[in-house]
Amino acid sequence: MSVRTVITGMGVATPHGLDITDFWAATRVGKSAIGPVTRFDVSGYPARLGGEIRGFTAAEHLPGRLVPQTDRVTQLALVAADRAFKDARLDPHDVPADDMGVVTAVTAGGAAFVQDEMRKLFSRGSRHVSAYQSFAWFNAVNSGQISIRHGLRGPTGVLVSEQAGGLDALAQARRRLRKGSALMAAGGFDAPIHPLGWAAELAGGRLSTSGDPERAYLPFDAAARGHVPGEGGALLIVEREDAARARGARAPYAEIAGHAATLDPRPGSGRPPGLRRAIELALADAAADARDVDVVFADSAATARLDREEADALTAVFGPYGVPVTAPKTMIGRLQAGGSAVDVATAVLSIREGLIPPSIHVRPSPDHRLDLVTGQARTASVHTALVLARGAGGFNSALVVRALD
Amino acid sequence: MARRAVITGIGVLAPGGIGTKAFWNLLSEGRTATRGITRFDPSPFRCKVAAEADFDPELHGLTPQEIRRMDRATQFAVVAVREAVADSGLETGALDPHRVGVGIGSALGATTSLEREYRVLSDAGRRELPDHAYALRHLHDYLTPSTIAAEVAWAAGAEGPAAVVSTGCTAGLDAVGHAVDLIREDAADVMITGATDTPISPITMAGFDAIRATTPRHDDAAHASRPFDASRNGFVLGEGAAVFVVEELQAALRRGAHIYAELAGYASRCSAFHMTGLRPDGRELARAVTEALDEARIPPGAVDYVNAHGSGTQQNDRHETAALKAALGHHAYRTPVSSIKSMVGHSLGGSGSVELAASALAMRHHVVPPTANLHTPDPECDLDYVPLTAREHRTDAVLTVGSGFGGFQSAIVLARPDRSLR
Repeated sequence: MSVRTVITGMGVATPHGLDITDFWAATRVGKSAIGPVTRFDVSGYPARLGGEIRGFTAAEHLPGRLVPQTDRVTQLALVAADRAFKDARLDPHDVPADDMGVVTAVTAGGAAFVQDEMRKLFSRGSRHVSAYQSFAWFNAVNSGQISIRHGLRGPTGVLVSEQAGGLDALAQARRRLRKGSALMAAGGFDAPIHPLGWAAELAGGRLSTSGDPERAYLPFDAAARGHVPGEGGALLIVEREDAARARGARAPYAEIAGHAATLDPRPGSGRPPGLRRAIELALADAAADARDVDVVFADSAATARLDREEADALTAVFGPYGVPVTAPKTMIGRLQAGGSAVDVATAVLSIREGLIPPSIHVRPSPDHRLDLVTGQARTASVHTALVLARGAGGFNSALVVRALD
Repeated sequence: MARRAVITGIGVLAPGGIGTKAFWNLLSEGRTATRGITRFDPSPFRCKVAAEADFDPELHGLTPQEIRRMDRATQFAVVAVREAVADSGLETGALDPHRVGVGIGSALGATTSLEREYRVLSDAGRRELPDHAYALRHLHDYLTPSTIAAEVAWAAGAEGPAAVVSTGCTAGLDAVGHAVDLIREDAADVMITGATDTPISPITMAGFDAIRATTPRHDDAAHASRPFDASRNGFVLGEGAAVFVVEELQAALRRGAHIYAELAGYASRCSAFHMTGLRPDGRELARAVTEALDEARIPPGAVDYVNAHGSGTQQNDRHETAALKAALGHHAYRTPVSSIKSMVGHSLGGSGSVELAASALAMRHHVVPPTANLHTPDPECDLDYVPLTAREHRTDAVLTVGSGFGGFQSAIVLARPDRSLR
């Protein structure tokens, strides 16, 4: 049997804050962080709500020289990485630099940065474009900057599969550990609350145009009308179990026990979507049975079709009302690649605390036949959690997080 | 028995001609496809040359709606997918779509369309806030490069694991490495993999101008890309896509497929040094090479040809030369090393796959493509770079390397699957 992949550190940057204790304190009580967007003037747009990380000043957390070089998404990733490594209590000399690597997921790189530079290019000319443009923008920026800041000289990776990316990055990290690396930093981040991102999300047609923070993002509700975007993500430190033990690491939080990814068929093909298969393959990869799963963190797209597909996949695998399902995303919005990584962190905390955080504001439609945890958190013995993510374009990803016995 | 991954189909869309045949003709004849930029007015820019592909999407089978929906990079990828699948002889309709996956590399995704649309939405920068009333429905796809993987999957009927690998300039190698991982771990039997980038646009050009990464030489555009030459002074941006059908070895043998090569070893490393700078000793690139060779169970002395990253910047070509010496020892001086970027430019994430295609074709023809425009040796770059003309050379094992911003270093080893394993 191959060596287990254990989670030994976590760092988050979410609308519930940059501190994982604050994040969990808000999440467990079902606090909403969704409100009117303040980062730019949204009054001219049909969608006006977002899950923003308020009061974030990069210079308070990062060296001054890094701030003008980086998009907000990279700043958030770097802050979460600092905290993840601290949480893992990693002494830099514990693990050779060559045995540590990083895999991150992102959806649109430093899109706000490139937007500003494009404006300068169009209105003032090419000589006004920043010297940092070429490397602040591309999707690899977060992995690159994290590797430099933490001296990681092992394998690297960058995946883009929209919301599914955070799970795919963790799976990629697990592959690298199986190939021999000792430690990987892995997760996902996005910061889509900027004018170009807003226009693009509106064009994509999945944004909720409700102005009421309590009614805007209602997955699995008959009133579901799209989602509210949020910003941030999570970075996890994952280690080969034997390597973690060898360095005398803290008791790991949990293991990443299984993963699978699928893609939906071409639209209009009449073939069934791929989520159910992703779930079944991930459970098989974890050598787990559907009965073993204590909670599902749902993708929770909040459109009629996507909710139906997800509910159908869940009832097919677990039976109607067969497993507790939750959507803590309802508190912070959908964070794209960051959202699925945050859900993994939440699943880990759920296992540790024996508590399933709630989906807020949702009145589940009986048509979906889901045991959706709503209102307040539910006390439960959580040993195995399934995290689902679906990315625009048809990407399905499923990841199994399990307590260590 | 361990599962092994082999290339059974290749599709290439590169400057100088569409399709694998035109691509190989260009390389084996040592012709260059760099020229003065025609896709936009380059006069305000420091760098005015690029390697452009003359590509008419409708002529290559895309419908008007596909053309509207897909960015140029996606169009390149889909056309290359069709060529690769046809070349492989696979009947995709007869495959279980769940066992066909996609791993497509791209550094900048749909940048051409994103820039074009933002120019409209911002009214050429006049508006601080974009006017979403002018947005195409596809703007979301242009901002989100994962759509390239979805389009590739739809073109090939794939419903297995799919993602865009976006490690920047090593993405074309890392995407293929990802595909190999998925075949080996039994997540897929067939992977449609490769990479695409079409970055020749004002914003990309301006970004590279600002750090003087691209060449300012524009008096002789056809000879502007000069890897390993003493007069080199920056890379020439290119565009291109290469797509591979990668299959599990036993399945490919069973159906009697033509096998170009086994993807025998892959490794990636980050140097943790600088976002655009390289450690002079090439340590991480050397480590990636060593690790990829170990995985392939091929000794350094058995490498018949090295397809270099060879971007033509002062820094890269020294770094790479040092890395090859560190990883291959004295054999580095004996094995031919060449950079096809001298002919087709640097298509960023696309380049790794385009160069891997060149490597596989070198194995097929036992011909090593040259480094064009190499007239003046640089004392610090003292390997055999196959200057100017292609060379007939027994080629059974090829090392392809890549290096990119963020400090990423990657290596892939191609070998004949029937070799005796060390």
